[in-house]
Amino acid sequence: MSDEEDDIILSELDDEELVAQMFDDLYDGLKEEIEEGVNILLERKWEPYDILTKALVGGMTIVGNDFRDGILFVPEVLLAANAMKGGMAILKPLLIETGAPRVGKMVIGTVKGDIHDIGKNLVGMMMEGAGFEVIDLGINNSVETYFEALDTEEPDILGMSALLTTTMPYMKVVIDQMVEKGIRDNYTVLVGGAPLNEEFGKAIGADAYCRDAAVAVETAKEFMTRKHNQLAAG
Amino acid sequence: MTNALSRLLADRDWLLADGATGTQLFNMGLSSGDAPELWNADHPDRIHRLYSDAVNAGSDLFLTNTFGGNASRLKLHDAQDRVFELNRLAAEIGREVADSAGRPVIVAGSMGPTGDIMVPMGTLTHESAVEMFHEQAEGLKAGGADVLWSETISAPEELKAASEAAKLADMPWCCTMSFDTAGRTMMGLTSAALTALTKRLPQQPLAFGANCGVGSSDLLRTVLGFDGSDIPIIAKGNAGIPKYHDGHIHYDGTPDLMADYACLARDSGATIIGGCCGTTPDHLRRMRAALESRPRGERPTLQQITAKLGGFSSESDGTDGAGPAPRVTRRRARS
Repeated sequence: MSDEEDDIILSELDDEELVAQMFDDLYDGLKEEIEEGVNILLERKWEPYDILTKALVGGMTIVGNDFRDGILFVPEVLLAANAMKGGMAILKPLLIETGAPRVGKMVIGTVKGDIHDIGKNLVGMMMEGAGFEVIDLGINNSVETYFEALDTEEPDILGMSALLTTTMPYMKVVIDQMVEKGIRDNYTVLVGGAPLNEEFGKAIGADAYCRDAAVAVETAKEFMTRKHNQLAAG
Repeated sequence: MTNALSRLLADRDWLLADGATGTQLFNMGLSSGDAPELWNADHPDRIHRLYSDAVNAGSDLFLTNTFGGNASRLKLHDAQDRVFELNRLAAEIGREVADSAGRPVIVAGSMGPTGDIMVPMGTLTHESAVEMFHEQAEGLKAGGADVLWSETISAPEELKAASEAAKLADMPWCCTMSFDTAGRTMMGLTSAALTALTKRLPQQPLAFGANCGVGSSDLLRTVLGFDGSDIPIIAKGNAGIPKYHDGHIHYDGTPDLMADYACLARDSGATIIGGCCGTTPDHLRRMRAALESRPRGERPTLQQITAKLGGFSSESDGTDGAGPAPRVTRRRARS
């Protein structure tokens, strides 16, 4: 077989095959192919929201699962997130235009005293990959910075990260102050970082501890579903 | 090339390295968020004590207080212009402690990761990584470090840059990576892949191995995975796992457990054995006593390791072919 015949021509695939191929291309971190796939689906009159949830988020879920299971590692995930970002750049203005429902919004940052941000960045990328809007506060955030962002951004979720055993306790300081101000229940609080564990998350009053970026995404989705159901019921 | 470490390695069949730096400094009053490296200038007495505590507990080798002493890390404290000075000072204090020990003690110049992700996914280029490590290496060399010591590295590209920097500084060099993600480094490197990598570096390390990561059992599985190396192996595992108790965090590995770990590390093929996070002088004393008094044993099996030190964090570490395989994508299947 010649190379010509060997190539996959995205525009020749039917919808189902194309979405399956886009799952593959996200897995392989192929940005241009993802952009092409998104454009083809738009030409075929797919709703931007459907492209986001069925093609992109669907594909990133596979990446996330394999990352969680120790099959893929950080470099592959970064590539996949980058490809996803290419597709999102096309979809974002269209999603706003069409008034598509919002998946969720997260404010995220490492706590005061902690300058380690690779894990936090990964969570941010994977959350974006799952369709969330992410406001990244960067490193070394005080209670005041977190509160200001909660105020102006009105997120659904607050994410805090720490890599040091000495900075972990600051998460409790933030949560305690949220309780004091009476705003704790307005947000889902997720915490993560290498030295943390579930027991710690419970002890400080977080909604959940997330072992890695993939678990963070799953947990965030779960809490968003709960929130929607509560709104629907109330 | 002979140097203080290669001579000591020729004389002895195991060496005790040091334990935790961060844990000890926090106990001395370092606040979270502050750069420990600034203490090399501001509190040299405390750094002197940090090193002396390890030497008095029996360490044959200790790492300088320069883990975050590269320009990229120091920039977060607006101290990026002080790389040479802070590294030189740390090594000078180390030299004083080592030279007054009354026995051969090695000053190893710690060089931690830059914290940046390398291109194309991140911003760090090979050239700038080499430049940063080289700047740090020259400071450590000027202060009298015996050997450079890269630690807690997760990206093979960053390890290559550190190796090149050591070559530029004309210094002997050791390196350890952190295997904390399903038995591999965060970037997916297996223990076997590191062994292979050490043979392709610009400068071969004098010794290489693993530090930090998850628990001591995971670390020993990694050491077993270095099988087939002809250079000495380093094992520097954490004293257990951090636990949260009434607002404080402590590592749950007791001195007795670390003594078992030290002997198992030697049986697994490690020559330079020490601790990492949570390892205090009390742990080191018990490790030294155990290494001196207990006879060498057979190379342990994975079952023997878990029986003594507890379970692994993942079923496979990627070296046994038993782990789950990645998805076969159509494009990749064709190429």
